[in-house]
Amino acid sequence: MKILKRVVVTGLGCITPIGNTVEAFCESLFAGRTGIAPFDSDELAPPLRFKTIAQVKDFDASQHLTSGVIGSTESGSQFGIVAARQAAAQSGLLAHHVPAAMAIVTGCACGGRAADEEANRQLYTRSARVPPMAIVRTMSSAGASNISIDLGIGGPVLNIATACASGTHAIGLGFQMVRAGMAPAAIVGGYEAPLTPGFLRAWDSMRVVSPTSCRPFSADRDGMTLGEGAAMFAIEPLDAAVARGAHIYAEIVGFGMSADAHHITQPRAEGAAQAIRRALADTANNLGAPSQAVSSTEVGSFPPSIADRVGYINAHGTGTQTNDAVEAAAIHQALGDFAPRIPVSATKSLTGHSIGATGAIEALATVLALDRSSLPHIAGVTEFDRTLNLDIITGAPRPLESGKDIALSNSLAFGGLNAVLAFRRYDGRPLYDVAR
Amino acid sequence: MDDIESRCIALIAKSKNIPASGIRMDSTFDELQIDSLDKINLSFEVEEMFSIEIPDDSLNSLKTVGDVVRGVERLRAAAPPKAAAS
Repeated sequence: MKILKRVVVTGLGCITPIGNTVEAFCESLFAGRTGIAPFDSDELAPPLRFKTIAQVKDFDASQHLTSGVIGSTESGSQFGIVAARQAAAQSGLLAHHVPAAMAIVTGCACGGRAADEEANRQLYTRSARVPPMAIVRTMSSAGASNISIDLGIGGPVLNIATACASGTHAIGLGFQMVRAGMAPAAIVGGYEAPLTPGFLRAWDSMRVVSPTSCRPFSADRDGMTLGEGAAMFAIEPLDAAVARGAHIYAEIVGFGMSADAHHITQPRAEGAAQAIRRALADTANNLGAPSQAVSSTEVGSFPPSIADRVGYINAHGTGTQTNDAVEAAAIHQALGDFAPRIPVSATKSLTGHSIGATGAIEALATVLALDRSSLPHIAGVTEFDRTLNLDIITGAPRPLESGKDIALSNSLAFGGLNAVLAFRRYDGRPLYDVAR
Repeated sequence: MDDIESRCIALIAKSKNIPASGIRMDSTFDELQIDSLDKINLSFEVEEMFSIEIPDDSLNSLKTVGDVVRGVERLRAAAPPKAAAS
């Protein structure tokens, strides 16, 4: 029998297209203020099919980082370092846990593409030598390493690269480490700055980018919008957070992963549904749901009482025809009769799709929704796609229904890699560890 | 201040984001907080700027700004570039 700790979120940080502080992000999120805007693509010829991206604004690295760090990092890592600092400072967890044992798990799929592309451009157009900093600036794990150096965190430190699910996988794996006692606390999240000429052009060729602007689950949706940013979380055991009087934004109660085992770009609903089921089965175990209702032979079973408590789903919601239809099907497969009644929204119409960071940014939106008991709406949707048979939140935020204390954050990556986090509104119940 | 000296100092000032006025020929890398990675990067930029190649064994002996400047002078005297890269 092993004792798993309950794990809570006690600190938040972000650098995003809709705000470079959690306060600014939160204000934009619930106001439905988008960070997507036209961009200057004059240097790209022939022109791209799309004209909008979601860029981080007013971020001056020199206000936060030394010239040495700036010279050896790309902007994605810089976003991650600053967001991690925010989360650690807000939480105060570095003063209450041993940093030398703490963990960092980040999600970054693309690495320092800007440095890579520039070095290659120089190499292939004028046979130039490649500068040594190209090595350290292009590493996907550079952000994780620099956060470790910056905060003095010396336990398990790693970066996950699972395309569009990287940030979600990172939070989930950090959650596993803390609940199992592998680390006393952790900084988890994602960072990415992929808006380089080569990356934009490749996505243009893929023909899934919106010529207008991302509108998830809209009847007239026409694709995704690319973005960048970072979101970070300070997580620690519930008892430690309560003992030191930390504010608890939410409890992480479940994590589910799956692979479609199907196609490198085409998603399959069965795969995503299995990740949702596994997250809810994990939740059921964590919350001590009746054990007889959870099958011991089938991974991914959960009792109806858990499904009935799901009050919000923050969908992957890329805004492509295929993703949103497949994700809706997955929600129906996993949640059955409960699916049409669960409020669903997506964050990408505000923040764009920041690949490795997007799951973390959306987890941030989910945690804030639980903390405020208010569910953000999808901006820019005039008429949602009724064929999906989901309760899409449009127009304005909606209150979290009483008794519905669980929220899911879905990430469905290219390559069929799915990750789903389950959070629970923290209600201050007495402490207990769940024995299994 | 000769051309090589001023260009090397400007390069260090830019890469470390410090005023050139604070950099002297006898400034050590330790004083300027130039660590091993900075040194490798600085060497690359100096090589590019002066169209030279700093041998590995010489790299290890560089400890001061003056070491860099004198090294560049020696290498350029040994093999004058046809045209210095900018």
